[in-house]
Parts: sequence; structure tokens; C-alpha cells
Amino acid sequence: MTQATMNGLTTRTAQLAFTVNGRPVTVDVRPSAFLADVLREQLGLTGVKIGCNEAECGICTVLVDGMPVNSCIYPALKANGARVETIEGLACDGQLHPLQQAFIEQGAVQCGFCTPGLIMTAKALLDANPHPSDDDIKHALKDTYCRCTGYVSVIAAIKQAAGQNGHLTLPETRPALNVVGKPLPRPDAIAKVTGAAKYTDDYTFPDMLHACTLRAGIPHARIVRIETSKAKALPGVVAVLTHEDVPGAKNHGLVYQDWPVLCYDKVRYVGDAVAIVAAETREIAEQALRLIEVEYEPLPVVDDPVTALSPDAPKVHAQGNLLKHIHVEKGDIEHGFAEADVIVEGEYETATTEHAFLEPECAIGRLTDDGRIEVYVGSQIPYADRKQIAAALGVPESQVRVIGTLIGGGFGGKEDIAGQIHVALLARATGRPVKMLYRRSESLIFHPKRHAVKFKLKVGAKRDGTFTAMRIELWGDTGAYASLGDKVMTRAATHASGPYEVPHVKIDCYAAYTNNVPAGAFRGFGVTQSCFAIESAIDELAHKLNLNPIEIRRKNALRVGSTTNTGALIRESCGLLECIEKVEGALKHDLSQVEGCGGAPWVFRRPDKPDCVYAWGFAAAYKNTGLGGGANDCSTVEVEAFGDGSVEVRTSAAEIGQGLVAVLASIAAEELGLPYTQVHVLLSDTDLTPDGGPTTASRQTYVTGNAARLASIKLRQQLAAVAAEMLDAPAESLTFREGQVRAGDRAISFAEVVQQAHAEGQSTRLSHLYEAPKTQPLGTGGDMHVAFSYAAQAALVEVNERTGEVACLKVISATDVGRAINPLALQGQIDGGIVMCIGNALTEEFIQEKGIPYTNRLARYKMPSIRHTPEIVSFIVEDPAADGPYGAKGVGEISSIPTTPAITNAIYTATGVRVRRLPVDQDWLLQAMKRRHQTHTS
Amino acid sequence: MPETLEEAVRLLAAYDGRARAVGGGTDYFVDEAHQPAPEVLVDVTRIAGLRRIWEQDGYIVIGCGASHAQIVASPVVQAHGTALVEACGQIGGPQVRNVATLAGNIAHALPAADGSIALLALDGEALVAWAEAGALIQAWRPLTQLFRGPGQSAIDSTRQVLAAVRFRARAAMEGSAFARVMRPQGVALPIMGLAVRVRLGDDGVIADARIALGPVAPTPFRARRTEDFLRSRQPDALTLREATNTLLSETHPRTSPHRATAEYRREVIPVLFEEAIGKALQRAGAKVAA
Ligand code: FES
Ligand code: FES
Repeated sequence: MTQATMNGLTTRTAQLAFTVNGRPVTVDVRPSAFLADVLREQLGLTGVKIGCNEAECGICTVLVDGMPVNSCIYPALKANGARVETIEGLACDGQLHPLQQAFIEQGAVQCGFCTPGLIMTAKALLDANPHPSDDDIKHALKDTYCRCTGYVSVIAAIKQAAGQNGHLTLPETRPALNVVGKPLPRPDAIAKVTGAAKYTDDYTFPDMLHACTLRAGIPHARIVRIETSKAKALPGVVAVLTHEDVPGAKNHGLVYQDWPVLCYDKVRYVGDAVAIVAAETREIAEQALRLIEVEYEPLPVVDDPVTALSPDAPKVHAQGNLLKHIHVEKGDIEHGFAEADVIVEGEYETATTEHAFLEPECAIGRLTDDGRIEVYVGSQIPYADRKQIAAALGVPESQVRVIGTLIGGGFGGKEDIAGQIHVALLARATGRPVKMLYRRSESLIFHPKRHAVKFKLKVGAKRDGTFTAMRIELWGDTGAYASLGDKVMTRAATHASGPYEVPHVKIDCYAAYTNNVPAGAFRGFGVTQSCFAIESAIDELAHKLNLNPIEIRRKNALRVGSTTNTGALIRESCGLLECIEKVEGALKHDLSQVEGCGGAPWVFRRPDKPDCVYAWGFAAAYKNTGLGGGANDCSTVEVEAFGDGSVEVRTSAAEIGQGLVAVLASIAAEELGLPYTQVHVLLSDTDLTPDGGPTTASRQTYVTGNAARLASIKLRQQLAAVAAEMLDAPAESLTFREGQVRAGDRAISFAEVVQQAHAEGQSTRLSHLYEAPKTQPLGTGGDMHVAFSYAAQAALVEVNERTGEVACLKVISATDVGRAINPLALQGQIDGGIVMCIGNALTEEFIQEKGIPYTNRLARYKMPSIRHTPEIVSFIVEDPAADGPYGAKGVGEISSIPTTPAITNAIYTATGVRVRRLPVDQDWLLQAMKRRHQTHTS
Repeated sequence: MPETLEEAVRLLAAYDGRARAVGGGTDYFVDEAHQPAPEVLVDVTRIAGLRRIWEQDGYIVIGCGASHAQIVASPVVQAHGTALVEACGQIGGPQVRNVATLAGNIAHALPAADGSIALLALDGEALVAWAEAGALIQAWRPLTQLFRGPGQSAIDSTRQVLAAVRFRARAAMEGSAFARVMRPQGVALPIMGLAVRVRLGDDGVIADARIALGPVAPTPFRARRTEDFLRSRQPDALTLREATNTLLSETHPRTSPHRATAEYRREVIPVLFEEAIGKALQRAGAKVAA
């Protein structure tokens, strides 16, 4: 062991000599260092990703002597003398490894954060077993997680790399235009499969400090005293800040500014930030946190939205616990129930769930030479970040630049402020760059979750299944701060009666503050919860009326001419009936293949699995596209053509893995007649790219896609005028195709036209502000949304009658997206959404007890692994939206909504047990089956 | 990182309680709070001669450096300790199995540890090593003596090294099996794991049985009454049904929050028992009536 000096501090080190990607390396390391730290920090191999630091996610996988290991907990010194391989060593002389190539081609790369881990795990598999079966693949990858893809494309990619027929099986879509409609691989995929892609934690700056946050640790208390002197005195600590050091706005928040930058009077949940520390190393910063003394006076805790609204409940905020009451009414509810032949009533409950994006939050703040603040962050809403940072700092927004880095998954969980403001404060206080990376345990207790919602429903229908009335009450737990709780619960309420025409509706929804972790945006935005409740109730109704579950939905489905529960007339683009038909057709085909499908319809058994029963369930859903409700929903896109014939598209909108880069590149390439690869997309830099608005509400394809289309058209018109002179032909007669501008049989290259425009002194850079069609606020009865996407799904489940275990084996899905702009990216969204929704049904629950998260480690949050991936049969329905780009509407959320009730309805068909609380608990299910059996046999 | 057992135990002795022996560390490093944190970790997975699996004196010996992956792939363990292969094969994914060691898991003493349960049914023993006056002392101890309580081992990892585990080679007409139920929500620990080893006599009756399961007690549990009941009986449906009842009467699973209720555990014990004993009997060569 030797002594070494790092950042002026003395540390014990030992020598590590090993081979990394074929190169012999010797480094001095701390004896306690893990392999991942050495590879990332000392050797700069940032393709090694860290998702959890607890041997759960597997994305840090590297090979040690050919063996996959989790490098996050593999002691570095153990690799002494070993041969280590990382993602960076895979490509050979610029030639991608077959796995890398296959991952790109099969669309197995979305946010890309898991990609290095998946590829390295798969490489070890293929090295040992060149011809793996599906089961082998699932066995080998069972502990390497991906939150985006749903693993379908991952399995296909591994098979392709193994030389098996991993051919693309994309659903049929309308004939492609030149670029739009083609299944093109994402432009950002190459960097992601080689490990070159940089996420926030992959950036370092000279002299950079590391920061940590002191969290409250208790759910509700008054702050009596904060004492930081001991922490400040610790060698290596450069700054310790509390609320007194926040010069500007004391609170932040996207809609309501109720969330303290650093707590001043009270703490309202366990994850509340009380103080922040910047130090020479992360270890010192963590040590300093333990030296900060905070004296609290504990306050009573409220942890349930219903109790929170009782008059004597402890108040989370001074104004009371009701964040918002949302009321939706149509027709005359009493009249509607009077008309009903049958009525079902029921209560349902959904759990708090966690996004579990694989990249924990990270932000870096630094001062520029001219005194401005730069913040690097993987954010879903860069301009909102800039606004909130500037407000807290008390400086004009022009003094702040937010640079959006790649995002390792968002799903709605990266819309709120995390460390953005804190690093800006610390950078100002220290004059040095400051990085703040959350540990997984911190990410879990800090960031807003999916709302837990309690439902009370009463649904009335005529004997033939026609709905007459729906009375629905919802209570949403929005936790300690508003976040997007108001918007989410509004969406939950307006979608609560499902994609159906119901003459009489009355919905009351309450979003309540509690001392739980805040709840905010999460893919599905409240509709995931509502869909479970209403689709379960409708299923109950169908069984009661002895109607086919598909029939009852078809009878009531929204169609052109229907009026929604908020009073909006559906005038176009409503493909729900077609979705239902597609799924029904495939389901019928499937059932006809099953032998012994006698007895109850949709239920069967298999001779090889005597303990199990199999059944299908069905559900439908819809989801708004765009912000709606009267919000000004706009986006600006800038396009610039260069003399080399390439084009750059710029906007501040987030690529959270969903494929926005590919969509924007396709659109610009289409309109400008360029090869797809000649379009470069620059996103999310508030200095360089105009505001694209928030990446939420499935709005980017529609809103920013339109802006990109219109900006590209403007540019084409401008260039056409130039080319018209050059070709001596009328501008209207010119065609732009494959990088050429043609007039009859004469052609010049796109690049020449741009050069000519420049020679004429024209700028070939312009922008377009697109404003989505006006919408109306809730309660006015007009169009609340610009469009809706629709979906129908059937799920096949296996229920083990002796253990209560449930597995979802197959999903048939049909999704109306208006127009598939990139069928490859689209299918990725659909697969990923379905598998995420399987998690919502069967595995996922963020557990809190009296405001204390039990789920404080990833090991306590089970999300779907590759083993949960069902067979997915997918149909795309394209009922175009007149105002959408090429007819497209939102795709990001719709697929992740109906799977849960399709599964729970299947469980009912299989067992006669109605699931009323999510996720399905096998312990509960087994006992419910037993009770049911006893009452039926006694 | 010591390269001999002697070096390892001397190192522990020299630090006098301030050092700690670790195996693969897959459990250890994940737990963030170690109080008090040891000054030095003594990694015992690199000790020469203990990174392998071998046969000796009628026993199968698994060194403390052998990973779960090695155990699963070992033809010797496959032939003699099927239950252990089945248990180790279900733990984690390849990344964990490549690093985690059986000895390390046993030293951790969790009542639901799959490997411990399987080894218990195989009548396993552990080789404990320590230093006394600078000299290396080693002794084989029955596994049953190693567990004190949940997460509490009779082995003091600050002074002792669990150097190896072993179990008797498979006898003629003997078979073993392991079965478990996991819970998909909440904690990543099995709800219940159960292992069986049976040996048949020439007359086809059960000559000997070992049943281990957990968690039904603070430590991995041997169902001795059920074992006694099975001895000298025909392995038929009636015997198995009665054995199941005996098993239920001698086990008292508890409710553990976020994992399972006692009622649920009582429901799955018979399911696992049937599965494991069925397979074990089959492997022993019995023809069991379905
Ligand atoms: S397993 Fe290593 S980072 Fe998650
Ligand atoms: S692509 Fe796998 S986690 Fe995002």
C-alpha cells in the first residue's frame, strides 16, 4: 500500500494491474474501490453505467475473464491480473460487433442507459452458447434490466446476432412516404451501443466538486434549528448551504410553487432537502452530511388521501390538504340510473408506483467566464428548469443556460426539479463546477411517483349493455407537494368513464396532500389508474349481463359523432372500433387453436400444467394527445441548411428514449427530400435551441413534429425559389428528393442550392412556432383536447391455483396512433408500454408506511425483468388526425394503459376473483380463491 | 487478499476484531450500513486450493472461493447433490452467481437462503478455520450448529473463516431436490424454500429422509418429525399425504410484512413438499403412483 494525494487529501492506495479491452493497465486504486468506479472514473470508460450500486439492475455488467459480473459491487482489486472487457472494447477497427449491429437494427436501443449492460451480458451468453434458445436468453438476462424496450426487441437482437432468424416482425402500417412511415433505426443508437453516449454523470470538468443533499428522514416536522458548523469545518468541504443561502424564490414547482428549494419552516416528507454540501470528493460530502445537526419538532403524519381531507387531519400545507377538486358532469345522473336495468358498484385502489428509470438523477452546475450559470441535466423540460433555476437564484433567465444531456429514461419522473437548482447554488457559492449525482436509494425516496388512487364507482346499463350512467369518485394521493398532481388527477377524472359514450356522468375527483413522497407525472398520467377501475367495472357489468366483454365495449365505444364526458364532440380520428375488431379477430384465431376450450369461454387448461388455469381478459383505453384544457400548447423548431447539404433541426424537447430524434429527423428529411442520415437533430440547449415545451402528455410527435414539419416546409419554399432561378423553372414545379432538386429531367444537388442561397446573402436558418389548435378548459363543454389515441388489448394469463402465482403469457394489442411515423420506434413504445403495464398489474408497488418509504432500495421494487416479457401480437390502426403531422397523434402513453385491466379481467375469468387492489398479490389471490371455493361448495 | 488460509486467519487475528472475512460480497456490499464498519475486508475467494470443488473421503467438498455458477456447472455436485444445484441455480442472475459463494451465503445465516436449505437437507458440514497463537486450527461442524438466528451466524467473521462446506456423496437409491416460491412484489427473498433428500431401501421403502425448509423458524429448519415419520414407509400417496400433515404440524411459519402471510406459507409448504419429494423419490429410483 502507498500513500497518494488526491485533491489535496491523503488516501491509501494499492496497485491494480490488469488488462482492459486488450490493453494492459496499471492504476493506483483505493483498496475499497469497486471495479465500476475504477473503470469509469480512473480509466474514463463511461460506457459502464451505474443504475443502483446494489447488484440489482445488472446494467453495470462487464466481463472479468469472460464472466459477466456486476462491476458496481465487484472489488476492483479482485480484478488484479484479470482480463476485463467493457462495451468500449467490443467494436473492432470501427466495425460494430454483431450484437451492437443487431441492437440497432432491431430497435433494442431506446434511452440506451441499459444497453451496455445488456450487450455485455448477451456477449457472455453467446461466447458460451452460440445458439441460445429463447429460454437460454431469458435465463442469462434475467437480472439485467431495461425499463424502456419491454425486452421483445432485445431477444430478437440477440437471436439476430446469433445468426438465427431474429427478423423484424413489425405490424403492418400504411405505405411509407419517402422517409415518413419507414422503420428506420434511431440516429442516436450507434453512440449508445458503443458506450460513447454521454449522460450527465459521464461529464466531468476540471476542479469539479461533488455534492450531496441532506434529506429530512422524517415525514413531517417543524425545523427548530439547523447547525452546519461542524460540517463546514470538515477538511475537504467547500460549501454547506441551507435555506438562508437561497437568494431568490424559496420555492419551486411546475404549476404551484409550493416545494422548498431547501426547507425553511417545515419538512413535509422524508425526501425533503434540508441542506446541501459540496466537497472535494463524494465520500467527504457524505461524511459532512452526518455532521449537520438538525433539530426537529415532529408533527402528526397523514398518509392517506381520504383521511387527509377530514377536517381534523394534520395539515401538510397551511391552506389545507385539498390540492384540487375536479368535477366532471354530463347529463342528469339520477335520470341515468333510473333508466338502468342493472347497476354495479365497486371500490378499487391502485398503488403508488415508481418510474425506475435506470439512470438516477444527476446535475452539474458551473459558472462560465462571463459569469452566467450553466446547468447540465437530463431533463424532460429544459425551459421550465431554466425558469425555476433563475427564480431561485434571483437572476434573469438570460443568465442561466440549461444544457440537456442524454436521458437514461424519464417516463414522467424527470419533469420536476431534482438537483438543478442545488448545483447552480453551489456553483455560485464555490466558483467551481459542482456535480450532484443521486444514489438509487436517494432517487427512490425523493422523486415524485405515480399517484395511488382510490375509486368508488357506480355504473348503470340497460339489459342490452348500453351504458346509461356512471358516477365515479376518485381520491388521489399527491404526497407532500403539488408537482403535476392537479393535471394528473384532472386527466384521471376526465378519462374515468373510459373511451365510451355515456349519456349521464358525474365525476368528482380530489387530489390531496399527504406526508408521502410527492406524486406527479408518470406515463399514462392518471389514466392508467382510471382505466383499471372503469375497465374492471365494465367487465363486472358484462358478466352480470351475460354479455361478451368485447360486445359491451363495442356497443358503447366512442366513435365519430360521440360526445365525451366533458362534452367534446368527436369529429374525426377515432379508431377505437377498428382496434377492438383487430384484437377480436386475433383472439378468435388464438382460441380456435386451443384444444379443450370447452366450458366457459376464454378459459382453458393444459394437460402438462395441471395446477394452472389459463384465461383471456379484455380492456380498452384512450389517452389525450397534448396539454389540452385550454393550455397554450406550442413548440418552436429551428431548421438550418448547410452548404454541405446537411440540415440541423433544433428544439428544446427531450429524447427520453421514446425516439423523438428519429421522428424529427424523419419529418425534416421527408419535407426537404433528404436522406434521413443527412439530418442532424440538436435537442435541449436553452442557448441554442428554441422552446419545444414539456415532454409530457404524448405531445412531442404532434406538437413539435408539426413545428418541424412547418419549419422544414418554409425552408423548402425558400430554397425552391433559389433553385427555380438556377434551373430556370417555376418554383412550384420543383421536386425535392434524395438530396436533389429536380425540374423535369434536370437536377441540382440540395447542397448546391444552399450554397447559392448563401452566395446571395440569404440565411438558410429559420424557425417556426407551432400552436396546437385551441382547446377549452374543463367545464366549458368544448374540445378539451386536440386528439385522442385509442387502444384495445387482450391478455392471456396463467394462474397457478395452488400458489396464486400469475403470469401474463401473451398480449394482443391494437393501437390507433393516427399515423406511424417510424414503425420501428413505435413498436418499441408499444412493447415497452405493455411490459411496464404488466409490472403495474403484477409486480410494482412503492411501499410507504406512515410516510416512511419501505421501498428505499431497488431490491424492494420489483419491475418486470426479461422473464415477464409475454408474446406480443401488435396491430397498428391509423385513423389520421387532421391536424397531426401526416395524421399522427400521441404514442408514448396509450399502450401502457389497458394492459393492467386486461390482465385483472383475465384473472377474474380464470378464477372468479375480482382484483380490486393493485398490484395483484399472489398471497391474497390464493386465499381469495380458497374463500370463493369454500362458499361455492358449502 | 490472502492466498492461503493460514494467511487469512492470521490477518484476522492481527486486526483483533477490526477486520472481517468476506466471500463474493454480493450480500455484504449491498448492505450500506455496517456498524461498526470493519477497517479491513479479508477476501477469502482467492485462497489457493479453495476456489474449487472436489471429492475427498466420500464427501463432496466445496471451497469457500467456489461461486454459485461453479456449483451449478459442477458434474460432481450435479451427480451427488441435485438439490444444491437446483437451489444455487435459482439464485440471482449470472452476474451474481459468478461472484456469490455458497460459503459466503451460509456465513450470512439468512433463514430463507436457498443454498443453506439445500445443504441442510444434504446433511452438510462446514469447515471453520481460525488462528490460535499464530497456528491455523480447522474443524468440521454440522451445518445445524452454525445458525443462531436470522442473519446471526455462530461463525464470527471477524476471527473465523468458513473455509469450505461438504456433504456426503450420494448413496445408491438416493435422490434430492429443491423447490421454492418467490414473491414478485416487495422483497427479493423467497417466500419459502424446501429441500428433500431420500434414500430407498432394497425393499423400496424409505430408508432415510432429510427435509429442510425456511423460513419457518429463525434459522433454516430441519423437519425431523416428518423425517422420522417417513422412515420405513412405502413412498405411496397415502404416506405422502400423512407426511404433509406431519410437516404442517411441526412447522410454524410466521407472517413477514411485505413478503408473505403465515396462512399463505402454510398453503405453499405442501405444494413445495410434494414437488420436492416427488422429484427426489424419482431420482432415488422409486416408482411413485401419481
Ligand atoms: S447492478 Fe450494478 S449498478 Fe445496478
Ligand atoms: S433502453 Fe433499456 S432502460 Fe432505456
